[in-house]
Amino acid sequence: MSETNNGVMQEKNMRSVAARQKIGKYTVKFFLYLFLLTMALIVLFPFYWMIISSLKTLAEYRLSVPTFWPRTIMLSNYAEAFKAANLGRLFMNTLYVGVVSTLLSLVITVLSAFAFARLEFKGRETMFALLLATMMIPGELFTITNYSTITQLGWMNTFTVLIVPFLVSVFYIFLLRQNFMQIPNELYLAAKVDGTSDLKYLWKVMVPLSLPTLISITILKMMGAWNSYIWPRLVANDAAHQMITNGLRNAFTETTGDVNYPVQMAAVAIVSAPLFLVFVFLRKYIMAGVSRSGIKG
Amino acid sequence: MVDSKQQWKAWLYLAPAIVLLLVFTVWPIINTVRMAFLEGYRGLEAVGGVSYSFGLGNFTKVIHYHKFINCLKTTILLCVLTVPISTFLALLIAVALNNIKFLQKGLQTVFFLPYVTNSIAIGMVFAAMFNIVGSFYGTENELIATAGIINNLIEFFGGQPVNWINYGSSYTANIVVMTVYIVWNALPFKILILLGGLQSINTQYYDAAKIDGTPRRRVFSRITVPLLSPMLAYVIITGFISGFKEYSSIVGIFGEGMGPADDPGRLNTMVGFIYDALSTNSQGRASAAALILFGIILVVTLINTQVGKKRIHY
Repeated sequence: MSETNNGVMQEKNMRSVAARQKIGKYTVKFFLYLFLLTMALIVLFPFYWMIISSLKTLAEYRLSVPTFWPRTIMLSNYAEAFKAANLGRLFMNTLYVGVVSTLLSLVITVLSAFAFARLEFKGRETMFALLLATMMIPGELFTITNYSTITQLGWMNTFTVLIVPFLVSVFYIFLLRQNFMQIPNELYLAAKVDGTSDLKYLWKVMVPLSLPTLISITILKMMGAWNSYIWPRLVANDAAHQMITNGLRNAFTETTGDVNYPVQMAAVAIVSAPLFLVFVFLRKYIMAGVSRSGIKG
Repeated sequence: MVDSKQQWKAWLYLAPAIVLLLVFTVWPIINTVRMAFLEGYRGLEAVGGVSYSFGLGNFTKVIHYHKFINCLKTTILLCVLTVPISTFLALLIAVALNNIKFLQKGLQTVFFLPYVTNSIAIGMVFAAMFNIVGSFYGTENELIATAGIINNLIEFFGGQPVNWINYGSSYTANIVVMTVYIVWNALPFKILILLGGLQSINTQYYDAAKIDGTPRRRVFSRITVPLLSPMLAYVIITGFISGFKEYSSIVGIFGEGMGPADDPGRLNTMVGFIYDALSTNSQGRASAAALILFGIILVVTLINTQVGKKRIHY
């Protein structure tokens, strides 16, 4: 009698424990989603605010009670921003620097990564280790001397100064070398037996096989040009060579008087737009590049 | 001989990289160190034939310079505030993301979005959000319109509006704004790395804990955090390194004045100090400051890895 009673009690207990666990699980899930969605809203808010502000009239922007959706959509803010910050010129300058430096950088990176991954030469490992060691040093240390160097070379206010000093990236060489090393050596030896030249092999086999890494490098390099600010400000801040970030900042620094925020936000939105496009379509390459640097570096 | 032919070829492939590295990486290392130890070195005078004596003058001068101390203070303050906050938040978000299925990919994308932005451009958006349009409380010229969306929100929840970044704002308010912006900016990278780490943890540990009926909090502190510690260490070290190099986020919000209109330079950082010295042609001072910055980064990294050795469980 008492035994069966005990059994029933136990079963009941277990059922209530299971029920409680289930409720607990749902509350945990609820709070997880609540937390994540709140954080997501906070992360997205600046973008939302940028876009709706860029579409408001100045009068509406200045209302003491803010509107969360523009009453009249002022697309003319964008036209005005384009003119006010001379964005067309800045865009062409940046595109030119970005494309040329990416192409040259890719060639240099592919050649060096190939040498480090496939060719035997004396001091290969030592040299590679030394290269990696330079990644530790903050860039400002280089900038100080590079500033003098390019002044002496007479490169001040040219496109060359924006392109050449940053063509070699140890990080990209490292990234591509790792990728090249994963390609089986047998392929290389087979190509050698067939009498294929190194360059042809590199172009026909290695490059296509490591295309995702090369795309990652291209995107990161283009984004680098788009976002560069400090070096261009030092060495090429004239109208003819100004880069887009510098132009954007300079066009809206007058602290005196009344800043037209909707137009400023429109300019910011225009500058951010290409980055968003890259993000939407090529996100996985960026994430791959970034996380690989994270885990292996 | 094939061997020597390969040697020759390898150097040919490496030639463009080596030439550029010699000019723009190796020579700068040597030259910057040299300039740092030449007393009062100035580039323009050096070209004119002035010679300098070796010594530690640049270092002692920089350290006694009150502007440098201010820059150092702001930089360290921002580091100490932003690295723990952003790491902790990123850890929470990554763990939460790892525990859900529905919407996981979508939310992951949202959290990565700030990574792909221009820090100057979005800094201007943050500035607009914290800004007061017109004069505050309409004392002088009655331009007043809105106290900015952040102040609107504060008022909505019953608080007092704060002068965040405008004329007459306090240092504390400025630092709060910078902390919010830097944390916002630093989250995506940290979440990406930590989530990657979480997803690579073997699920067997969690299954074992489930069988033992281990409570969630214990699972988190005894399994998740220890197994994630290499990634946490990485995220913290890189966080400190980029924290010590903070510069353009401040330009984004405050403009090139590096501070509110009534006190320009108040929020200047180490990197800002180096560039200021450089643009006044004081290469000696700039070099000394850069070497100090390098030294600090090296020490912080070493401390982190030493602490890590004791705490990291693989």
